[in-house]
Order: sequence, then C-alpha cells, then structure tokens
Amino acid sequence: MSETLILTKRWPKNDPSLAGYQADGGYKSLEKALGMQPAAIVDEVKASNLRGRGGAGFPTGLKWTFLPKDVRPRYLCINADESEPGTFKDRYICEYDPHMLLEGIAITCFALDIHLAYIYIRGEFAKQARALEKAIEEAYAAGLLGPRLGGKADFAVDVHVVRGAGAYICGEESALMESVEGKKGYPRFKPPFPAIIGLWGKPTIINNVETLANVPWIVENGGAAFAALGAGKTGGTRLFGVSGNVKRPGVYEKPAGYNLKRLIMEDCGGTASGRPVKAVIPGGSSSPVLRGDEIDVSLEPDAIKSAGTMSGSGGVIVMDDSVCMVRALARIAMFYAEESCGQCTPCRQGTPWMWKILEKIERGEGTMKDLALIEQLPGNIMGQTICALGDAAAMPVQSFVKKFRQEFVEHIEGRGCKHGETAWGVSRGSREALVGGNRHSVR
Amino acid sequence: MSHHDDSTADRGPLEIAELPKDKVARFDAALPEILKRYPADHKEAAMLAALRRAQEIFGWLSPAAQKLVANRLGAAVTRAEEVATFYVMYHTRPVGRHVVEVCTNVSCSLAGGYDIFEHLKRSLSVDNGGTTKDGRITLRQVECLGSCGTAPAMLVDEEMHESLTPQSVERILGGLK
Repeated sequence: MSETLILTKRWPKNDPSLAGYQADGGYKSLEKALGMQPAAIVDEVKASNLRGRGGAGFPTGLKWTFLPKDVRPRYLCINADESEPGTFKDRYICEYDPHMLLEGIAITCFALDIHLAYIYIRGEFAKQARALEKAIEEAYAAGLLGPRLGGKADFAVDVHVVRGAGAYICGEESALMESVEGKKGYPRFKPPFPAIIGLWGKPTIINNVETLANVPWIVENGGAAFAALGAGKTGGTRLFGVSGNVKRPGVYEKPAGYNLKRLIMEDCGGTASGRPVKAVIPGGSSSPVLRGDEIDVSLEPDAIKSAGTMSGSGGVIVMDDSVCMVRALARIAMFYAEESCGQCTPCRQGTPWMWKILEKIERGEGTMKDLALIEQLPGNIMGQTICALGDAAAMPVQSFVKKFRQEFVEHIEGRGCKHGETAWGVSRGSREALVGGNRHSVR
Repeated sequence: MSHHDDSTADRGPLEIAELPKDKVARFDAALPEILKRYPADHKEAAMLAALRRAQEIFGWLSPAAQKLVANRLGAAVTRAEEVATFYVMYHTRPVGRHVVEVCTNVSCSLAGGYDIFEHLKRSLSVDNGGTTKDGRITLRQVECLGSCGTAPAMLVDEEMHESLTPQSVERILGGLK
C-alpha cells in the first residue's frame, strides 16, 4: 500500500509561514494552474475521484460542474466548521499548513471563475482563525492573492475568514451560507442546490477544508495519480481522526481504502487499557456504530456501506468494554437535542425526547415500553426534516439499540447501570496523543 | 429569549443612549475593519462579527448592545436579537470576567472530560452555567470542541486547553484574575 502523504507531510514541526511553504515548493501548483485552461483543471479534479471530506463524500469535480454557465458573480465558501463530535482534522490543516489550503482555494477560484471566497470557521477555533488570517495577509503582501492572482494573472481573488459563534448546524452547507450572510443558521430547502442559488442568491460552491487542500497536489501530479492512491471511486488519502479508548489517539493520513481494524489495532496500538474493543463509531457521531467484531472493513465510503455505516467525516471513536453503551448513546442524543436548530418539528421535538428516554433508561428508571418507544422514534424523524441533522440524530440511536439491545434490557430489568457511577469506563491515562503536545509524528 | 423576563437585576442597559460613551466609540471605530470583508450592499452580513466585537467591548450583549449593532448595520433590532440568542458563544446575560467551557461529549468523556467538569463544579462551587460569587468565572458544559485526539479539552475565553487533568485545570484556574 502506498505511503504517499499529501496533507500531513509537513506536520507539525514545519514552518507554517509563506516562506516555509514556498521553500517546499508551495504555490508552484498555482503557477502551473494559471498556465492551464480552467476547464482542464476541473477535468483533472474530476479524474482524481476527489470526494468531499466533510462527511457526505460527494464527488468534488461533479459538484463544480453544477454551476450555471452564465450567472455571475459566483462565490466559494470553505467549510471549516468541523463540529461533528469525533472530528478534529481540518483544524490542523489550518494551523500547520494554512498556505496549502489557500493555494487550493486560489486554484479553485481560477478554475471556476470565482473572485470572492469565504472561509467559514467555527467560533471556537480562534487560534486556527488567527493562523488563517496571518497566512492570508502574507499571501496578499506577496501579491499571490488580491487584484492579481499568483502575482501575474489578470484575475482578482479575495479571501476572507468568517468566524461562526457556536452552532453545529452551521456546518450544514445551506445553514453555513445563512451564517455568512449574518443570520441564524437555519438550513434552506434543497433544491435549489447552492451551486444554482447560494450565497446572496448567487451560484456558490461549498467545499470542506481537507477537500480543497488536496487540489494543489492534484494539479501538480495529475488526477490519475491521485485516483490511484485511493480505492474504488474515492481518490487520494484521507485524514482519520482517532479518539476515545486508544493508546495513540491522533490524526492519521491513510489511503482512502484503509482498513478500520488495522488503523485502530496497529496504527493506534489498540485500546489504552488492553481490554477488548467493544464499539467503534467510524465516521463522526452520526454514523451508525459498529460492534468490536465488525470493524474489519475498508474505510472507503462505498465499501463501508456494506457494513451498514459510513466513514463520514473520518472521526473514529473507539470504546473498550468498560464503557456503558446506554451512557454513550444518551450523551450523543443530548448533543443532537442541544444542536437542533428548531426549524422542523420532528427534529426539534424528537431529539430531546430521545435524549430524555435514554437518560431515564440509564438511570434505571426505564421500562420495556420506553425501549419500544426508543426503537420506534428515530424512524419518525428520519427523512422528515429539511436538513440531515434529523437523520444524524436518528442513526446512532437506531444502531446502538439494535447492536447492544441486551445492554438496554439489562438497565431496565436490573434497574440501573452495572458500569458504575459515571459509566464512562476505566480506560484512561497512558495515552500519547499524536497531535499537539510534544509529539512530533503524525502518521 | 431571556431578556424580556423577570429580574431587572441583570437586565443591563436597555437603550443605546444608556451605554458607556467611550465603549460605543470603541465599537464604532472597530466597525469599518469588520465591514471591509463583505460586499458594500450586504452590510447585514457583518452581524456575527459585529456582535462578537460588541460582546468583547461591553462584556455581554445587553438589549442596548444588540440595538447598537442593529442600528450601525442598518438592520432591524430583531435581526440582532435572533442571532444573539441562536449562537451559544454570545452571552445575552452577564457573565464572569472569564468563561470556562468544558467539553463533555463522547471523546472527551471517554478521556475523563466528565470528571473534569465535575471537578470544576466542586472547585468553583458553581453549577452548570453559574458564575462564581466574586464574578471571576462562569462555568459551563459545552459540546464537542474539535479536540478529540487531545481530550479532555476546555475553552477559557478564546483559548483552547487540551489533555486536561484535575491538576492542570487547577493551574489554569490559578492564572485567571
């Protein structure tokens, strides 16, 4: 298997400044792109099988072709909202290699005839917003961004950082646009899709940070080379953020078709406690949970579908057998209840209801009637809402109850939780994080 | 949402004229820099950034501060109000000089985040959302901060602290004036 690193090759001890990036060949891809026909760049991205890295996995090149030919202006929004529990990769791109993202943005703007781009970053990422702003300042000062793209083209590109203010829903692309427009984050009906009617009613492309950070490499090495790194219809490498009960949590760059079990047991060293893996959430908290005996699967989005789940945002959460599944699920349900924007009734009413029932069962006050209710409720939210938050809230509930039903029954019959007071398990400590801190290697 | 009710105590100034003049001047001076990022015909887009700046200057978003922001952006007051009450990082009630926000979502709790939060509640003698008697610290439980690999994590004002232990938390608290 290929060991090519695209996104993390300079992490985290590199010099994130413009000088540092250029010393490593940075902005050479932009120069190359400016000598190409814009349509040829789009063709390379299509051939690369680059798929959206925010969670949905939509083919990036295909999304770009949805722009209507004759409507201007067009806008680009870069999604740096990264709020799906278990996901922590885009923040390091912003922090360690912001110019790689800016170069990807610059090339994308040139390819799609876009002159204004907004990087929407969650409000809690103050440090990362500062890193991006500093990089943008450097790029303007060097004449790479601004009135003459790449220092020579007769093509203006402005890039601005817009900070969110604490709302998970703003990672949903239409809510993100509402937020950029200065409003509360209520998702819009789709269709029309943003590529047709987006920011301020104009055609808008919204791509995730990791997605666009791949674009310079694709321009430099060609779409076919990128496609060859991946598997099936997913090109390139991906960033997987592994957290929870593992010995070496962190961000791992791996080929898109990497094996989940290998990632956890070999790269991350298995559980910190040495106890068996009980459950794995493979792609952010909304992805259906896998039992420990189901994790021998490829993380390629189409392949992992056969295991009934998704690799979504690449956020892998590992739980060993000391963790109570009812407690974990109740906490996830609380998250969606907190973050429902309140626009659609099934989600606004259904998410707190699911949370309350799960807390009741965890406390040992639940009945078999409650269990029947929690088995039925998510199905009444699924597909009944404007955006995917309803589905995101329903999927973990359905899968946890289905795969660990006996544990829910034990809580009801035993009138309590056998995992003890807080039920968060015992496997802590002895962890050596691979990002931040004093560790250097990001694998 | 919260500012039309009961207690007059934490209502704060209701009208723009009741806001301290020097702080209003600071806000007005900061506005052009914020507006630069948006097309001239979309001034209202600056709502989130302008509210953030107002909160930094006034300490929290009182009804008068919300009115000020709406007024300067040429927006209806309800537009400022709906944004101020929608996003959790805006405070529509007074808070302590520092805000400590602890993640208790799954990855953090698996690494002891829940215990960190309980430790802070005891150590500061406050409940979730409460402010210490001396007005120094407001504590609250928040959702995933995107620090799952370096859990448990908390935000102190705008700074992220990671790989927390009860000892490191105490050190961080000690540095807050």
